[in-house]
Amino acid sequence: MSVLLIAEHNNKNLKPFTLNAITAASKIDAEVHVLVAGSGSENVAKEAAAVPLVKKVLHCDSPNYQNYLPENLAPLVTKHSEKYDHIVASANTFGKNFMPRVAAALDTSQVSDIIKVNSPDTFVRPIYAGNAFATVKSNDKKRCVTIRPTSFEPATKTGGSAQIDKVDAADVPNFSKFVKREETKSERPELGTARIVVSGGRGLESGENFKLINDIADKLNAAVGASRAAVDAGYISNDHQVGQTGKVVVPDLYIAVGISGAIQHLAGMKESKIIVAINKDGEAPIFSIADYGLEADLFKALPEFLSELNKLNTIQK
Amino acid sequence: MKILVAVKRVIDYNVQIRVKEDGSGVNTDNVKMSTNPPDDNAVEESVKLKESGKVKEVVAVTIGEEKAQETVRKALAVGADRGIHVKADTYIEPLGIAKILKKVVEKEKPDMVFLGKQAIDDDCNQTGQMLAAMLNWPQATFSSKITLKDKSMEIVREIDEGLETVEVNLPAVVTCDLRLNEPRYASLPNIMKAKKKPIDQMVAKDLGVDIANRVQQLKVVEPPKRKAGIKVANVAELVSKLKNEAKVI
Repeated sequence: MSVLLIAEHNNKNLKPFTLNAITAASKIDAEVHVLVAGSGSENVAKEAAAVPLVKKVLHCDSPNYQNYLPENLAPLVTKHSEKYDHIVASANTFGKNFMPRVAAALDTSQVSDIIKVNSPDTFVRPIYAGNAFATVKSNDKKRCVTIRPTSFEPATKTGGSAQIDKVDAADVPNFSKFVKREETKSERPELGTARIVVSGGRGLESGENFKLINDIADKLNAAVGASRAAVDAGYISNDHQVGQTGKVVVPDLYIAVGISGAIQHLAGMKESKIIVAINKDGEAPIFSIADYGLEADLFKALPEFLSELNKLNTIQK
Repeated sequence: MKILVAVKRVIDYNVQIRVKEDGSGVNTDNVKMSTNPPDDNAVEESVKLKESGKVKEVVAVTIGEEKAQETVRKALAVGADRGIHVKADTYIEPLGIAKILKKVVEKEKPDMVFLGKQAIDDDCNQTGQMLAAMLNWPQATFSSKITLKDKSMEIVREIDEGLETVEVNLPAVVTCDLRLNEPRYASLPNIMKAKKKPIDQMVAKDLGVDIANRVQQLKVVEPPKRKAGIKVANVAELVSKLKNEAKVI
């Protein structure tokens, strides 16, 4: 039996986390089929077909799917779910939005945000903001599962040549409409997939002072993150937020500056490979999980950090 | 117009979670419990819409054991008009909760259902979306700004890429993000007044819906602990460690 994965994309390209979700899907069953629903999305279907782990692509192109409205997308997924034991998607704002509608339509209990596949019916998922890991077994015949992308490696992008089947659209209810999307544009790497993340907290004291963080990030080709406290204080926009209610990141290097380390923040970054904490409060909880802690005034330490980085001959990209 | 707002009783967000040694779950004995934080935002928004004059009645509903009623009392103390407590002694999955809420919606006939975007205990993020699907209503999840019109709502949603604006026809389900508003505290006189507001009682298993759990929890463990690192004396040492020891820059 096979897995139907719902691709996340922007109608031109697959979003990177779809590749992580494909890896997770392939651990459930090798027969991974990908549904691409979009508008003018031919290239996305081609990209999905090129992923070696993908065995078949179902492609549905209609203006109704241009903006992934869950009211439109869920009936399409439900319509094509019949032959599949598992329906899977990324556990980000894309997958979280529509998948429960599919699960409700199929009268199946969704398993959210898995970080490990033990067997086709048994998964590990974090609960209580990652303060406990639950192993759960789904007894439903058809299973709706969302996947934490950062817990799985991205699948290889090219080399495959899966068949692309055009599939029928579903009826749409016409009771919701897309108005606009304001994507935050940045020259820097995307927060969710960056190799290095530099984050600032309330210790920065103002939005202007985030320049200190930005300068370090530019030097290291890093993404800029923030604690919820910094976002709530208006220093930086919410799409930078790392934590339970923001993004979960797993970079090679995470530098937390002026962040005390509330449970809510730790939930979003504690799986990072190397953690650095810079904080003037030596008792801050962030130090208990940091590989390297520097107890210092960030307003002195960050300019020094930048000048030390400038002294290096090479910096890894 | 009328709003039904759903609230859940969970372990307080400031409490350090303790996993039981036998792996059967998380310790909830003698642990401080409160309303799920984004549910407070859902209540606050409902009350604000009532204060604006567009909404006539706010009904708060909870599903759970006897003490879950405290969350309804709290909603009543900040401005909800009346409450509903659907009694259930054991954990019910979001699918079952959505089925129960659908029954309550059929009885109450609200124009909008407000919920928190996610419960901070099981972290499922499902109930609002499932309820919307079961009712065949539109939804707006992760809402951070709500503009109520005559027959629809325009809602700004927090998504991974930034912000998205959608318009949903009424009736609709809205799940609320933490940045939607700043929940107020109840004043003592209002807490006293809330004690006189009515709370209807129902029993989950008498509602005629299948609420049997489909997902079995096999075990719960603590996440692997990170080993404590070192403190460096100065910035130069930090950079040197990152370059030569961790080899990440």
